[in-house]
Amino acid sequence: MRTLILLAAAFVTAPAFAQTQPWHEIGRDATKAEVKAWDIDVRPDFKGLPKGSGTVSRGETVWEAQCASCHGSFGESNEVFTPIVGGTTKADIERGRVKNLEPGSTFPQKTTMMKVATLSTLWDYINRAMPWNAPKSLTADEVYSVTAYILSLADVVPADFTLSDQNIAEVQKRMPNRNGMVFHEPLWKVDGKGDVKNVACMKDCPVESTIRSSLPDFARDAHGNIQEQNRVIGPVRGADTTKPPPTAPVGSAPPPTVVVAAAKPAAGAPDTKALLAANSCTACHGMTNKIVGPGFNEIAAKHKGKADLEAYLLGRIREGGSGVYGAVPMPPQPQLSDADARSIARWIASGAK
Amino acid sequence: MSKDLSDVIGRVLPAPENHLNTDKLEQARKARRSFMGKALAMGAGAVTGATASTRALAAEGEDAILKLPAHTTGLGQPVATLGYGAPSKWEGNLQRRQSPGLTRVPQASVSFAPLQGLFGIITPNGLHFERHHQGWWDIDPSQHRLMVNGLVKRERVFTMDDLMRLPSVSRIHFIECGANSAPEWGNVALPSVQYTHGMLSCCEYTGVLLSTLLEMCGYDKKNGKYVLAEGADGSSMTRTIDIERAMDDCIVAWAMNGEMLRPENGYPLRLVVPGVQGVSWVKYLRRLEVGDQKWATKDESVHYIDHMPDGTHRQYTGIQECKSVITTPSGSQTLLDKGYYNVTGLAWSGRGAIKRVDVSVDGGRSWRTARLEGPVLPKALTRFNIDWVWDGKPAVLQSRAIDSTGYVQPKINQLRAVRGTRSIYHQNAIQSWRVAENGEVSNVQVY
Repeated sequence: MRTLILLAAAFVTAPAFAQTQPWHEIGRDATKAEVKAWDIDVRPDFKGLPKGSGTVSRGETVWEAQCASCHGSFGESNEVFTPIVGGTTKADIERGRVKNLEPGSTFPQKTTMMKVATLSTLWDYINRAMPWNAPKSLTADEVYSVTAYILSLADVVPADFTLSDQNIAEVQKRMPNRNGMVFHEPLWKVDGKGDVKNVACMKDCPVESTIRSSLPDFARDAHGNIQEQNRVIGPVRGADTTKPPPTAPVGSAPPPTVVVAAAKPAAGAPDTKALLAANSCTACHGMTNKIVGPGFNEIAAKHKGKADLEAYLLGRIREGGSGVYGAVPMPPQPQLSDADARSIARWIASGAK
Repeated sequence: MSKDLSDVIGRVLPAPENHLNTDKLEQARKARRSFMGKALAMGAGAVTGATASTRALAAEGEDAILKLPAHTTGLGQPVATLGYGAPSKWEGNLQRRQSPGLTRVPQASVSFAPLQGLFGIITPNGLHFERHHQGWWDIDPSQHRLMVNGLVKRERVFTMDDLMRLPSVSRIHFIECGANSAPEWGNVALPSVQYTHGMLSCCEYTGVLLSTLLEMCGYDKKNGKYVLAEGADGSSMTRTIDIERAMDDCIVAWAMNGEMLRPENGYPLRLVVPGVQGVSWVKYLRRLEVGDQKWATKDESVHYIDHMPDGTHRQYTGIQECKSVITTPSGSQTLLDKGYYNVTGLAWSGRGAIKRVDVSVDGGRSWRTARLEGPVLPKALTRFNIDWVWDGKPAVLQSRAIDSTGYVQPKINQLRAVRGTRSIYHQNAIQSWRVAENGEVSNVQVY
C-alpha cells in the first residue's frame, strides 16, 4: 500500500517537476566549430593538446622576438616578472624534486621551472596567455617551439630537441619538480579540518612580553602619507607619515588638520551645462523646452542677431526681469559670480548648444 | 453611489488654470502688499535683537554653529546633478590604492580596499579590491557569451539575455585574494590595514546558480567530477572547481550590490565561489567545462600553491580559513584622545559562519568576547564591536575569530610552525596593532 502511494506520488510529481523548470530551454546548443574555437585547455594527461611540433632553435627565434623583452634572453630576467628558468639541476631531473626548494637553500628565487610539476601547465599557459601583450597569437607549433626552448634552458631537453604531441608525455617524466607537489584535501574541501590548531584561551594566556617585529622606520611613508588615506572625521585620523611620530602623549598636541586628497576637478574651459545645473538655472529653463521660463535655445533663437546680445543677457541674468515670455518673472541671480554669469550669457548668445 | 451622494462627499474639483482675472490679481496683490508692509514693520525690531544676541554669543560658541554657512543660506544642488552619484568630496581620502613595489606591471597588479574607513559588511563597488592578470576590459554585454561544454548531454551557449532570464539568487559573500596578508608571513612590512588585509571585499552578488546551468546542460553525474572556469580576457584565467562545490553555492553572477558588476570586477559576468580564494572567482567568465580530472592550470599549480617546510608545495589549496582583523583603530591611525573607543573590525571564514570573536587589548594575555553585529552570514564578512576605554598607556590590540566548525584563528607563530615561512598564500594569523602613548597605532607581531 505504501509503495502504491509512493508510486502515485511519483506520477503526480514528475510532470509537476518539469513544470517547475520552464526555463530549461533557454540558451542554444553550441556548434562544433564554436566548441573547437574556445575549448583550448590542456590537462596534465595532455587531453586537449593539439597536434604539432617545434624545435628548440625555432623556439629561440620566437623567444627573442616575442618573449625576451619581458623574460630576458634566457628566461632568467627578474625585471618584469619572476624568472622562468634557473635553480634546477640535472640531479633534480633525476629525482623529480627541486633541491633549492628544500630547507637550507640559499637560492634567491622560486623560478617557474623550479615549481612547475606538469608540462601541460606550461604549454597551456603560453598558448592561452602569451605573449603578454598579444595573447593567443602564437601558432600551436610556435607554442611547442617556445616550450622546447624553455625546457632546453633548464636542461630538460637537449639543444637539438623537437617537442611534439607525440613525445611530450616522455618529456613530462623529466620535469625537475614533477614529484614536488602534494594534495592537501582539507584546504580544497570546504568541510575540511584545518592543519593549524589554536585554542581560545581567555585569561592569563601564555604570551611573550616582547614585540617580535614592528614596522621598520623606512616603511613609515613607503605607502604615502596615511593621513590622506583616512577619513577626516571620527575617533581617529590617519598619522602624518611624512613626519616622524610625535613624542608627546596623545591630546597634548593641537588637533590634526583636515587633509582631503580628493581628485581635483578637471582643468579646462568651464562646462556651461554643469554651471547651469549647479546654479539651479535648469530648474526653470530647459535646454530645448519651456519649463517655467523659456528653453535656452528659445532665448537664443528669439534674440538671434541682436546687437550686443551678450551684454543684454548678462543684464537679464543679473537683474532678472519679466514680461518677455509671459507674466512669471525671472528673479535676479546675485549668487552667480561675474565670470559664471558672463560664461552663461556668452553660451546663450552663441546659440545655447 | 448616487449623484446626490457624490456631491455631498468631498469631491475635489481641479482648479482651472488662470482662474484669476486681471482685476482679481490686482486685488490680491494689493492685499498682499499691505500685509507684507505690516509684517516687515513688526519684524524689524526682532532682527535687530537677533543680531545683537549673536554678537554677544560669539565668544561663547563655535563658528560652526554661530556663523551660518553657505549651505544654510544659499541654494543647493538640484536633483540628479550627478546621474550616477558620487561620494562626498570630503570622503576623497578613501580610495583603492596599490602597494608600491608589489607589482611591476600595472596590468598584472592589485589594488587594496580601504578597510580602515568602511562600515558594516558591504564593500562599496567603487572600492572593491581589484586583481588583474592581463589588464581589465569593459566588454560589450550584447556580444558576451557563456559556453558550457565537456561532460554534458548538451553543450550550450548562453547570451547575457538568456542568463538574466533564468531564476536568480542574491547572496552576500566575502571575496579574499589568496595572497591577502602575504607580505607578513615573515616580518611586519606594511603600515595600514588597507595594505595588510585590503585584498578583501564583501558584496551582495546576483546571478544564476551554477548548479542550475549544469543541470540544464545535463552534466555527467557519474564522471563529471570537476568544472573548469575560464575567463574571456587576455589571460583567459582558468581554475578548477570540484563538482560538489560547483553544485553547492557557486553563482554565475552579473550583479554586485544591486548594480551590474563593475568592469574592474568582471563585467558582464563572473563566477562566485563562496569561501574560496578570489582567483577562482573567474572574471569575464566565458566558458565552463565539466571534466573528470583537475586541470593543473597555472594559477593552481605554479601560483597559489603553499610552500611547505619540507620543500613540497600544496596544490589546489583554495579555502580561505577563519580570519579577523580590527579595522578601527588600526595601523597608522592616530587616536584623538584618551577615553572611550568602539573597537571594531571584520571576521570571516570560508568554511561557514563566524561563531565568536574575541578581542585582547594586552597583546593576547586576556580576551573579552565582542558583539557580533547582524547579519551573521555564512562565508560573508561579519562586523564585530567591543567597548574599550583607553587610559593613554601603550596597548596591543588583537582580534581572534572562531567559526562554526570550531576552528580558532591561529597566531602567526602557530601558523609558521606547521607551514614554515616561505609560503605566500593563506596567511590568516591574528593581527596585532600597537597603540603608543602618542596615540599612534602601528603594525607589530606579538606571539
